[in-house]
This record gives sequence, C-alpha cells and structure tokens, in this order.
Amino acid sequence: MSEVIGRVNSLESFGSVDGPGVRYIVFLKGCHMRCKYCHNPETWGMEGGMEMTPQEIMDKAIRFKAYWKNGGGITVSGGEALLQMDFIIELFKLAKAKGINTCIDTSGNPFSLDPEYLKKFDELMNLTDTFLLDIKIIDDEKHKELTGWTNKNILELAKYLSDNNKDMWIRNVLVPGVTDDTEDLEGLRDFVKTLKTVKRFEVLPYHTLGVVKYEELGIKYELDGILPPTKEEIERANNILETANYQGYLGK
Amino acid sequence: MLQFEQWNGFEGRLWKEEINVRDFIQKNYTPYDGDESFLAGPTEATDKLWGRLQELQAQERANGGVLDMETKVVSGLTAYGPGYIDETMKDLETVVGLQTDAPLKRAFMPYGGIAMAEKSLTENGYTPDPEMHKVFTEYHKTHNQGVFDAYTPEMKAARHSHVITGLPDTYGRGRIVGDYRRVALYGIDYLIEEKTHDFNNCGDGTMYDEIIRQREELKDQINALKGMKAMAASYGFDISKPAKDAREAVQWLYFGYLAAVKTQNGAAMSVGRVATFLDIYISRDLAAGTLTESEAQELIDHLVMKFRMVKFARPNAYQQLFSGDPTWVTCDLAGMGVDGRSMVTKTDYRFLHTLENMGPSPEPNLTVLYSSKLPESFKKYAAKISVDTSSIQYENDDVMKVYWGDDYAICCCVSATQTGKEMQFFGARANLAKCLLYAINGGVDAKSRDQVGPAYPRVTTEYLEYDDVVAKFDKMMDWLAGLYVNTLNLIQYMHDKYYYEAAEMALIDTDVERTFATGIAGFSHVVDSLSAIKYAKVKVIRDETGFNVDYETEGDFPKYGNDDDRADDIAVWLLKTFMDKIKKRHTYRNSKPTTSILTITSNVVYGKYTGNMPDGRRAGSPLAPGANPSYGAEQNGLVASLNSLTKLPYGWALDGISNTQTMNPDALGHNEEERVNNLVNVMDGYFDQGAHHLNVNVFGKDKLIDAMEHPEKPEYANFTIRVSGYAVKFIDLTKEQQMDVISRTFHERM
Repeated sequence: MSEVIGRVNSLESFGSVDGPGVRYIVFLKGCHMRCKYCHNPETWGMEGGMEMTPQEIMDKAIRFKAYWKNGGGITVSGGEALLQMDFIIELFKLAKAKGINTCIDTSGNPFSLDPEYLKKFDELMNLTDTFLLDIKIIDDEKHKELTGWTNKNILELAKYLSDNNKDMWIRNVLVPGVTDDTEDLEGLRDFVKTLKTVKRFEVLPYHTLGVVKYEELGIKYELDGILPPTKEEIERANNILETANYQGYLGK
Repeated sequence: MLQFEQWNGFEGRLWKEEINVRDFIQKNYTPYDGDESFLAGPTEATDKLWGRLQELQAQERANGGVLDMETKVVSGLTAYGPGYIDETMKDLETVVGLQTDAPLKRAFMPYGGIAMAEKSLTENGYTPDPEMHKVFTEYHKTHNQGVFDAYTPEMKAARHSHVITGLPDTYGRGRIVGDYRRVALYGIDYLIEEKTHDFNNCGDGTMYDEIIRQREELKDQINALKGMKAMAASYGFDISKPAKDAREAVQWLYFGYLAAVKTQNGAAMSVGRVATFLDIYISRDLAAGTLTESEAQELIDHLVMKFRMVKFARPNAYQQLFSGDPTWVTCDLAGMGVDGRSMVTKTDYRFLHTLENMGPSPEPNLTVLYSSKLPESFKKYAAKISVDTSSIQYENDDVMKVYWGDDYAICCCVSATQTGKEMQFFGARANLAKCLLYAINGGVDAKSRDQVGPAYPRVTTEYLEYDDVVAKFDKMMDWLAGLYVNTLNLIQYMHDKYYYEAAEMALIDTDVERTFATGIAGFSHVVDSLSAIKYAKVKVIRDETGFNVDYETEGDFPKYGNDDDRADDIAVWLLKTFMDKIKKRHTYRNSKPTTSILTITSNVVYGKYTGNMPDGRRAGSPLAPGANPSYGAEQNGLVASLNSLTKLPYGWALDGISNTQTMNPDALGHNEEERVNNLVNVMDGYFDQGAHHLNVNVFGKDKLIDAMEHPEKPEYANFTIRVSGYAVKFIDLTKEQQMDVISRTFHERM
C-alpha cells in the first residue's frame, strides 16, 4: 500500500479547547477561505510545511496518551482539514485501532453533496467522533464578503452531520461590528436549533494575537483597529445564541 | 501500655506502647471522598484578625519589607514572652503564639553567624547592639565562624566564583521537620521520658566521639522540651499532657512548630504533614457535638494565619537569592496510604479552603501529595484552587511512597523525609553549567579568569567535539563533586557543633536516619549544550588570549523539553553521572547522599556568574529554574515539555526534581469546569508517567506585566505565583526576578 502523505503546518501536544479533554492537534496546511480575522494566515497556502505520514503523526501523538483520560485524543485542524481527507482517513484508522478519540476542526468550505465526494466523506465521518464546525456568519452575502465564499455548503454540512447522527460542536467567532448583528445572531440561533446533534455551541471571542503574522507575511490586515469584544458583548451574543442550551459535551 | 483520658475514643495499641504517630493516624483517620460543599466560610474573628494582619503586611511593605526587628535579645524559646496579632483582639485568636513579642517582628538570631545577623539589621536601618557584637565575636563562636576557620583555599575560591553556591554557611541550614504532632498526641512529659530513656541507654559506657556527641545532643533535646513547656506556659497553656480536643491539638502542635522557628532560621522551616492527623481530633469533636464545622475551619484558618506570619531577618544578598521573603512553611496534604486508602480527609479540604477564606498566599507552602488515585472530587477541588490562586504545588505520591512510606513530609520545596524518623543535611547546589565551561576552559573561570578548578587541558579544536567535551566534563564534574561534598561535610559538622537543632531533633527519633542533600543548577543548559555539540556544529570563538569566550552553532539540534529522546537521554545521563560522583564520596555522619534538580529563584543570581554557553544562552542571563527546560526551548507545547520531565528517574534525584509551568487560563479551557478538568487530566498523565513535581501557575503574561507596572493596585497585593519550589507574592520579587518570570514560557495557544 502506498502511504498517503500529509502536509502539516505544525503540531501541538497540548490543546484543551479543540475537542473534549486534552488534545494532540495536527494543523494541516492549506485553506481556500480568506476570512478577514483569520489568525493563522501562514496556513493558507498548500506549499511548504512538513510532509508526514499518518504513522509518523501517530507515533508522535501516542506519546501523550497518558493525558487523554476523560475523552482526550487527536484533533485535526488547519488550515482546512477537509482538503486532506485521504490523509485524515488513514490517520484516524490508526487512531481508532488504538481506541483514540478523534475530532476534526473545520470550516466546512470543501464540503459538497456530490455523491463522489460523499463517498469519501462518509468514510471519514465514520472514523470521526466529533466535528467542530465553524459557522462564520449566517447571512450568505455577508459570508461572501467576510470569507470570499458562500456558506451554503457549510450549512449543508451541518445538516448532513445532523441527519447522520454525528456529534458536532458549533463555533462562532464574535467580531464586534462584523459578526455581531442581532439579526445574524438570531438567524444562526434558529439554524442551529434545527440540528439534532449539537453537543456544544460556543462563542469564540475575536482576538488580535494573529495580527503580527500578517505583518511578517506582508499581507494587509483588513480588520485593523477592531478590538476584541468586551465581556458584556460576549454575554449578549451567548444570550442571543442560547449557547447555554447545548451542554451535551459535558460528561462525555 | 500508656493510657490517658485524652485518648478516649481513639483506636489502636501500638502507638500507645511507644511514640508512633503513623500508627495512630492509620488506626483512626476517616478518608473523605465527597466534595467541598461542607466547607464553612471565615468567621467574624477570622475576618477581623486577617484584616488586621493585612494592615500589618501593608505597613511592612511600605516600610521596605520589614515591619520591626529585635536588635538585642537573642531569640530562644522563652526569650520574648507572649505576643499576639493585636493585643486588643487577643481573645479572638484560637491559636496563639508568635516568634517574638510583636507580630511580624523579626527575631535576633546570631548563632548561624553574627555578621549576617548584624547585616540584616543595618541594611534595614537598625543598629546592632554592641554588647551582643562582643558576645558573639569574643566570647561565643558562631556556625559561620567555625566554617570559615576550617574552609580550604580551594573551597573559598569555589564559593567565591559561585560554582558551588547558596551554601548554608552563614545562617541555619533548615530543612529539618520535627514531628510536631507528637506534642499534641503525647504531651511533653512523655516525650521527655522517652528521650531520657534513650539518654540512659546511649552507648555501653565507652566514650567514643559519637557517643559523647549523642549524649550531649540528647541533653540539649530534653532541655528544649522543657523550654517548650515554659514557652506554652507563658501563653497560659500546660502542654505536659496530651491534647484533649481539637483546639488543644492544633495549639499543642503549633507550639512544637513555634519552638523550631524561635530557635532556628533555616531557609526552609517546614511544618510537615499535619492535616490528616488533626482531622482525627476534629472528627472526634464534631461527632461529640463539641465543635461545629465553622469552628473547625476557624481553627485551621488561624493556624494557617500563624504560618503566614513566620519571618526571619535576612540581609539583601539573601533576598537576591531567595526573593520575596520565603520561609518554606511547607504543609503537605493528601497522599495515599500504603494500604491503598486515600489519606484525604475533610481537614485536607479545610487547609486548601484557607486560600479562599483568606485569599491567596505564598505561605504556608501548600503541597498536594498527588496520585491519580486520589478521590476525583479532591483532585478537582485542588485544581480549582490552583486555577483561582496559583498558590499550590503538586508532588508525586506514587513515586515518593516507594522510598519514604506514607508518613513522609516535604522539608523544603521538593525534598521528602520520613516524619520523625529522618533529618536532612541541606546542601544547596553545584552549578553544572559553570562546570561545563570549566571543562572547556581548563578550570579557568570565564568571569574572573581565575584558575578555580584544576588546570586540566582546555579545548583547543575549532569546533567542539562531543567525545572530547564529554571526557573533559566528566573529569571536571568529578573534581567538583568531590570538592562540593567535602565542603558540605565541613558545613554540616560546624552546624551540628554551633547551631544544633535541639528543638526539632527532640521531636524526631533518637535513631535518626540522615540524608545528605546536594543539588544541581543549570541542568537544562548543560543538556542543550551537549546536544548542540552532538547534533549540530558548535564553533568556538576565542579572544586574543586563546580563551574560549563564545560559541557559534550551525544547524539545528534537539532540545530538552520537547519529548525528544535525543536530548532527554543526555538529561538522564547527566543526572546519573553527577549522582554517581556524589555517591562514591564519604558523607558526614553516615548520611545517605541524594541530589535535587532545583534552583529556587537563585537561578537568576547563578546565571549572573555563568558565561556564554554552547546552547546559545548568553553570559549573565538567568539559568532556567530547577529542572525546567530552557526558555524558548519548548516548541511542542505543554505536555511534550512535561514528558521530558517524566523521563528523569526519581530514584536518582531523591531530593526532588522541580518543574514550574505557567498556563494561560484561556489555553486551559473556555470555562472553569473545563480548566479544572483539563488540569486534572494534565496532572494525571504527568504523574502517572513518574514525574516528580509540578508548580502550577494559571495566569497570562499581561497580568504579570500589569502587576509589575502597577504594584499599587489592590488586586495585586496578594497576587501569588509559584516559582521553582515555592510561592511568592509577585510584587515582592526583585525587578530582575519579575523580568525573569515574565520571560519564561507561557503555554497559551488558544
């Protein structure tokens, strides 16, 4: 069997907010979206990074098994994880053989209901315990403005996961003045209500830690001057989105 | 068999036949695996006393760090008469006793060294008493004088260059934990009776040196016990008989400890493992209906308040080494018994709860003896307190129990001793980073250019060659280990002679086991330097005299702190090699040699005296503390760094392996429950793999920077952080040490 090679941007032994428990996080290279607030612009391109086999990743990850009580395990993030499905499938096969919890952190941009695509996606979905799905904004026009792409297929992915009884966490980055319109938050709330398998719904406050990377990469940062949301703004968003109703992740 | 009515309701028999506190605990304690919901808040008395103490602490800080000092009366068990937090509120104190006659007033303790005692006074604006100066220079020799009379020129040179450093040759060596519980359980009279029995059975009548010394020491111990009774009597208590209830047990035990801190000014004056013991008395009173939960908590709050007040007079140079006025009143909680039962009791909770009732505090140095097998609810409560206060440390009970049983105590930061069975000769540390530079430069010091070590051939090749450097380093370490152990032998001899710890030793078995503690500084820098030499190319830069002054590294190399065996194997090799060289030496009084990887905050000062290193560390910059990886070396996140520490075999560093980690709260979880659970996951994984120690800090760099710039903000008055081996109020650190803490690795990926 010829082994699949993954393009890896970086590895982190201690992730604690990207899935249940302590996570080993594999950040893959490459993403088509150009979200204005992206804090990892260095992962956009497919070029560069480290070429690694699933087994190489697994050998590194398994060193941290002792920390994975209470549901911890491996999370593949990015970049956009779903651009390298073949690689993740092989990695997760290895993980599942050892009983390790698996998560994918995705923006859903590559998703499609095309039967060819779904064939492969289904295989991956069956190997994945939880999807962490970022929904940037519910309004499609605003979504295009913010990311350069439609959100139609992203919402389809959410529905598809729900229809297939697959656990997911929904996350929404709160950017003051950009993603915090009452109307948009209410729209998102109503959409998430239609999903059956949402175990957690989180507001991720926008932060500016990634801005310095834009300078290093010589890319213009379009949200210059926007400050992280205040505690009150975060509370307001949580109230509108009714995130407290999604506690299924506890006790998992 | 002894019988006292004070023991009514207690089970067991062995502990009534002889002094055996462990047996008493095992036969009588009640494990608790519930949660913290039973705990009570502070009483009105606690709020008032703590409020007054905080005012005093604020005055102390405003005065530049010292509230008051004694200049004339030499400290002793009854030297000062009774003292209270506040005379007008003394009826509120359920636990009484101060080191001197006034709160936070520092005693005059010249026996370790008169020069140091006087320096502490003059540097704080006090005038030493001329009469006392005469007494301790002309009539009575001190420990410090004894040591310097006997030091060899080589020892003085090594001390001066700081290749061995932090030596306890000017003040008390500390680190001896009396079994203060004995005072409560047996009362002083029985303890005197037992020591008198030992005195009468000491030797066969032939007066060898050892026997003569033993007889003299036993007599000193008996006198100290009598002194404790007199001290307690000055507060209106008769401690000749066992304590009859929880309040007396707490008070009796505290008197035992107070005797130690009135007579010794060791760097570390630990109180030991007392929570489970005290819980037995509290449980008995609660069951009898003579004590309420609120009163039980008050007792512990007041005891802890007293531990928060322990102070010693120190000169500025000491503050440079051990910043923030630490006293290492280490107080151990939890642990598992050898029979597999958890030793967590409600009183272990009550001790942690003091950090909520009275806010964060560096002292007492609360230490959780950790095992993943502890009750989940206790692990979570401790983790919650860590997340909220950054005031506690964790040490691996699973690895320590193998060596020390289930009644050991931590006598400083990370160093275990069996309570009442052992004492330790504290021995500071050797700077192995400097030793590596000596190996490269043939024993010549990079800073002074003095020939401090032996004039072995120095490195003359253009690039450092691994085999050559290791061979030279091995030889230089052998020299250093020999000199170091010898220096300590001399110091311990003089300390026994001139500054014997009679009060503490009176509460330890006469057949005491002794450990001989050594220590390693600069650990990570030696490991990374050797790794650079092995896996990259290190070019030597020489000055005009041919002296090796700096290094240029070409290529990448593995660093300790990334779970990379290439570097971590060097770390294990270094520890074992150094320890082998310590072990083969003669150690004073048949003591058992051990070593630690621990620097405390002295990593900053040690770094000042250490030149450029092949790992890229610049001359004068702080060494990484303890067994921590070097700053910036950790490239794979927290648990990769922790994994490197799990590879160091505890059996080779029985004096402890200190590791301090700081996590941004947001990187630990998005809400408190997540943070608590993840911290427990991290500690379970770390300790299950055999690592020894973890200082847990939970805050962001922003908070430190703000506290440094605005120390006057009320929220920073008690802002406590863990540094290598102890906790400290951040604003009490020197500026240099604040900068050092800020420059360390923060695990903050979000």
